Amino acid sequence: METVKLTEAQRKSRRGRNIALGLALGGLVLLFYVVTLVKIGGNMLTG
Amino acid sequence: MTVIDNHDVLRKDGEVRLSEASARDFFELLKPRVMSLVVFTAFAGLVLAPGPIHPVLGAIAILCIAVGAGASGALNMWYDADIDAVMTRTARRPIPAGRITPSEALAFGLTLSVFSVVILGLVVNWLSAGILAFTIFFYAVIYTMWLKRSTPQNIVIGGAAGAFPPVIGWACVTGGVSFESVILFLIIFLWTPAHFWALALFKMRDYESVGVPMLPNVAGEATTKNQIVVYAVLTALCAVVPALTGAASIGYGAVASLLGGIFVYCSIAVWRMPDGDQKMIPAKKMFAFSIFYLFAIFSALMIDRFAAGALGLIGGIL
Repeated sequence: METVKLTEAQRKSRRGRNIALGLALGGLVLLFYVVTLVKIGGNMLTG
Repeated sequence: MTVIDNHDVLRKDGEVRLSEASARDFFELLKPRVMSLVVFTAFAGLVLAPGPIHPVLGAIAILCIAVGAGASGALNMWYDADIDAVMTRTARRPIPAGRITPSEALAFGLTLSVFSVVILGLVVNWLSAGILAFTIFFYAVIYTMWLKRSTPQNIVIGGAAGAFPPVIGWACVTGGVSFESVILFLIIFLWTPAHFWALALFKMRDYESVGVPMLPNVAGEATTKNQIVVYAVLTALCAVVPALTGAASIGYGAVASLLGGIFVYCSIAVWRMPDGDQKMIPAKKMFAFSIFYLFAIFSALMIDRFAAGALGLIGGIL
């Protein structure tokens, strides 16, 4: 079966884009978590 | 329709094109140098506004404004890829250089636009998110798709997009727009024509080659130089207004007057430049100083605010 083969440059750039996307999504998760803490208040931390 | 029917994906030889764009190329789509000015002026609006904002929420607000500004840049690069390919100043941008396809840039710009506006609304308030959404729309649609290619007043009206960030920053804190935030808007709005027309003077041939009706190409160098002086004077006067209204101190007024004087002096040097001058050194100096001028004025406003706060605190202690 003929499949698409990536060159080294394509593989490297795809990896770089995936890492950047992963960091952005992780950052978004962290952002929502921190905003939730701020908005609801620090009481959550003290139980 | 399959993915290979998309002309962006197929190369000329019929093979499927796989992207070799790096994350840095996508970052370049955001026009980072413009973003830095937006971040700075938005931060100034946030700091100068009366009232507190939680530092984390303030930081996220600035991030959303920065990403929104970047999204505008990406949408601009998507639409202007045809003329960017011809101008020397812009030929190495990601789309004309072939590193990113137009549809990738469009999707990137639209996604960032939506995310930045929605997150700003959820985290801070919907007025600031609404102004950010309008700013993105104004720059991408009103300026890029309509004004830029149709009128020599393109950057006068379109310059409003660059003037909104301090208003957004202000609205993040106060939830509203006020006379002081309108003055911050006006400083940038009046500064924009002098700044861009200085650039347009020494990039006249580039703009001519792509048919963009910049003022020097349409109305000539003499008219452009007159207008640069007029807008430089208006900017210098507007920048002093905060000291006159009591929003800033006399010390700021003195600094703003000095900087404004130099700005007007640079514009007069451009005015005295002979028509047809090839090197256009005064225009290049004007362009470079205009960038410093804006940073200096907004820095002076913030330093003045901090100084007033510190003096108030010391007075309270004593």
